[in-house]
Amino acid sequence: MAENEGPITGKLVRISGPMIAADDMLGVSMGEIVRVGKMGLMGEVIRIDGETAFAQVYEDTSGMYLGEPVVAQGDPLSVELGPGLLTQTYDGIQRPLHLLKESSGDFIGRGLSADPLDYSKKWTFTPKVTVGQEVSGGDVLGTVPETEHLDHFVMVPPLVSGKIKTIIAAGDYTVNEQIAELEDGTVLTMTHKWPVKRARPFKKKLASTEPFITGQRVLDSFFPIALGGSAIVPGGFGTGKTVVEHQISKYCNAEIIIYVGCGERGNEMADVLDEFPNLTDPKTGGPLMNRTVLVVNTSNMPVAAREASVYTGITLGEYYRDQGYSVAMMADSTSRWAEALREISSRLEEMPGEEGYPTYLSARTAEFYERTGRIACIESEDEGKEQRTGSLTLVGAVSPPGGDFSEPVTQNSMRVSGGFWALDAKLAYSRHYPSVNWNQSFSLYFHDLDPWFREHAPAGWTERRQQGVDMLQKDTELQEIVQLVGPDALQDAERLILEAARMIKEVFLQQNAFSDDDAYSSLDKTHGLLDAVLTFYEECQAALGRDVQLETILGHPIREEVARLRELNSDGFVAKKDAVMEQLKAAMQKLVEDAAA
Amino acid sequence: MTETADSDMLQKEYWDLSYITGPLVFLKNGGRFPTGAILDLTMDNGQIRQGQVLEATTSHAVVQILQGTQGIDIKGTAVSLRNESARVACSTDVIGRSFSGTGEPIDGLAPIVADEERDIVGEAINPVSRDKPNDFIETGVSVIDGFNTLVRGQKLPVFSGSGLPANELANMIVQQAQVRGDDEEFVVVFGAMGLTAREANYFLNSFEEGGQGSRVVSFINKADDPAIERLFTPRCALTVAEYLAFTKGYQVLVVLTDMTSYCEALRQISSAREEIPGRRGYPGYMYTDLSTIYERAGRIIGQKGSLTQIPILTMPDDDITHPIPDLTGYITEGQIVLGRSLHRQNIFPPVDLLPCLSRLMNNGIGEGKTEEWHRDWSNQLYASYARGRDVRKLMAIVGEDALTEVDKRYLAFTIQFEADMVGQGDTRRTLEETFALGWKLMGLLPKSELTRVDRELVEEKYTETNVEDFS
Repeated sequence: MAENEGPITGKLVRISGPMIAADDMLGVSMGEIVRVGKMGLMGEVIRIDGETAFAQVYEDTSGMYLGEPVVAQGDPLSVELGPGLLTQTYDGIQRPLHLLKESSGDFIGRGLSADPLDYSKKWTFTPKVTVGQEVSGGDVLGTVPETEHLDHFVMVPPLVSGKIKTIIAAGDYTVNEQIAELEDGTVLTMTHKWPVKRARPFKKKLASTEPFITGQRVLDSFFPIALGGSAIVPGGFGTGKTVVEHQISKYCNAEIIIYVGCGERGNEMADVLDEFPNLTDPKTGGPLMNRTVLVVNTSNMPVAAREASVYTGITLGEYYRDQGYSVAMMADSTSRWAEALREISSRLEEMPGEEGYPTYLSARTAEFYERTGRIACIESEDEGKEQRTGSLTLVGAVSPPGGDFSEPVTQNSMRVSGGFWALDAKLAYSRHYPSVNWNQSFSLYFHDLDPWFREHAPAGWTERRQQGVDMLQKDTELQEIVQLVGPDALQDAERLILEAARMIKEVFLQQNAFSDDDAYSSLDKTHGLLDAVLTFYEECQAALGRDVQLETILGHPIREEVARLRELNSDGFVAKKDAVMEQLKAAMQKLVEDAAA
Repeated sequence: MTETADSDMLQKEYWDLSYITGPLVFLKNGGRFPTGAILDLTMDNGQIRQGQVLEATTSHAVVQILQGTQGIDIKGTAVSLRNESARVACSTDVIGRSFSGTGEPIDGLAPIVADEERDIVGEAINPVSRDKPNDFIETGVSVIDGFNTLVRGQKLPVFSGSGLPANELANMIVQQAQVRGDDEEFVVVFGAMGLTAREANYFLNSFEEGGQGSRVVSFINKADDPAIERLFTPRCALTVAEYLAFTKGYQVLVVLTDMTSYCEALRQISSAREEIPGRRGYPGYMYTDLSTIYERAGRIIGQKGSLTQIPILTMPDDDITHPIPDLTGYITEGQIVLGRSLHRQNIFPPVDLLPCLSRLMNNGIGEGKTEEWHRDWSNQLYASYARGRDVRKLMAIVGEDALTEVDKRYLAFTIQFEADMVGQGDTRRTLEETFALGWKLMGLLPKSELTRVDRELVEEKYTETNVEDFS
């Protein structure tokens, strides 16, 4: 069909769950969006065989007849980028859920469409370019206060360049009004579209030197990742993946949060929607929701849209990264996306790889994780102008079947992510949260970040961390002996190590997400607590060396004082801790004197 | 499924059968019926069976037959459209009635006059329409109320093993569940898949004896009923439940048992379709399929009603990593796990507390709902019990004498905790009684060990106890 005869239209010849096939589709391209059937369900072309196109459909396909029309839309799956994204809750294909509620009620109907951005809202635009200026992709045309605390930088879309012919005066405009025109006639508005499966361009990737602070002690201290880095959080059900993702999105030091609920629970999203507007952004003091975009595709929503949801999320993230912000994306859970790939692959009758997953799983995972990073943004180079940089950090939850980390999704993600925060069912069973296993987890960023910690974190950060890790290592070895011969066989010095390791676990590693005072731990508190426990150990060790009985030391009420430091708020923590450390020294001094007497 | 419009088009018969295998029939022409449609297959002898169109291509359509394919032949069987999709009759008249696994009355009473006929597949609740579940349901069971609180709109499954009393526990919850400070009664929707006649009778008799008979709707597919029907049973039950909860404003409690039979039926269809099997032969899309059942629990903003689910499943060989409990645990908001060793010790309910969890507990407890310190109280007992269990394991290796004094007290605590807190028998226990018992049990431990609870509270509540106090 020639182009001037309208869009390519074929007819359905196969319907199999989320996969359909249509004939007479010659000319349609891979990844192109099609509208399927009389209901106009949205789908994406994933295989072309002569005149037959196969597509995955983002909505439930039941009730359709063969022969119904399939209409190609001309573009691949794209998101619309511009002011008004923040505070929104989208489904996997960027339809605002609030608008879907208005059109179809409390349950989501089929074949609906809704504008991703509010086309009627007027934004206050302040131009930053002048007529005659040469601009290229990434250059800032002007700014819009998107929320009270955040300026949205309206950029020239990537791959566009030219000389400014007209630029609109400062004032209030909608996203679709022309704000600038280039000499070649290109009209620019505050919004542009970008295909989700294509990474947005950047100038170059930069080294990661600054940590992604999460406010979670075990992560910030033992397994920190960098701004622009990536980590995965694998864990069986009930180990607290979602709580970890929620905590990080509440307290981390990124300026923008993209939270993608991919194939997970509806009630959890209700929780986020209920909580985030009432929480305060620790950076700006505004509501947390003002720095957040939610992309929600719960497990009972159509399976093909899960894949779309993670790509939609990361593209939104890249867009804010390109404006020069630090962005953190949470993806809960990437396993559900992999399962969607598996389901579609099996309907296409592709040869399965490991555990039925398609063989391209690892390639797709790698491509996806590589979209993270700290970058120099694209923009035209001017002398004296400071290079704009942005970062995109990714924390992906992984749900391994049976909690077994040897499965393909965990293994593939582990190879390409720089942080591995393994959650442990046994710790969760004893209510040790966050249930991050200190023996299994790792971070590849520690050495890159060490200079930063030495400069900005409390003195002794790196040394104390290492001592803490060593103590836990010794504990692991001693526990093996205890399991064989019982605690009686250990010497007092060794039993003291067990006791100190237990305190590290209970006081330092555990963190109560539901306590107002402990949910967030500042670097000062994180370091202070570890320092307190290790000082306690050192003081006890010294007293033990001077003939004080181990039972006397451990039975002393000062131990509980140290343990209860955890309950203190991050503010004013240091002063209180210093006081307790004074008491500790005095108490041990007294014990030594008593023993000598 | 109920009869609907009988226009000529629906009546039109085709002799299209081409291939029969297991529970599936293939039709020669795929274009006649929409996917998801319910068909009538009329056999030579006048018998009628129902089937559902799973897949359609121009060359053929795949139909799963609800009542099995035994006796169907290619030459003499006619196909006609019965309904464009599987539907169930909804009306408040269903309360107190019993239906088959596909929604036909089996109590000998007249068919339901439907207020509305609804597609049993249902639509997803828009996440922004969901209201946060936060009404504490007092079940009278200590291990649930105290440690794994159930709230309205939650889905909390029971993971059982063969021979463990999951049905008794579910029944206890049904009989006793009540929202505090609210005397509204639940409507119970009971969906049974592959239940033995003995189990089905146990539930129905218990509902009757407990006086719940008049507020129970049951959908029953027994062990000897066609397996494929099981794929419809939970959806029929949930469609009616959604109607009662979100159209009529009832508080609905849905008990689904046994999800293991459901998953086996799913596997049967999958293997007949020659799909690539996932773990243990279950289809790769089982997670998605189960989520379309479990996710139908919840509350909706501005609506009075709620839908709470208690699915029961049997873990094959008590293995919690088996795909059925595993995928269920990834979807539901926690789980109650039964343990065989507790059952052997005659402890009822034999709940193995450590792997249990309620994700929505925090929404239902705390100041103004239960007690401000409920979370800390529970964490303290949980942590102490976990440590005590480790000590018990250690003791088995090194003997009791090798334990430290503190460890011995943990051991005593653990034994008493299982006997008293878990093993409450079939009596109802109020939340206050559960709390009091918890504090008393903490008295078995040294005061300095109680670091999870606020210090002032420990001072207020702690009294040292010993084992003799618990007889």
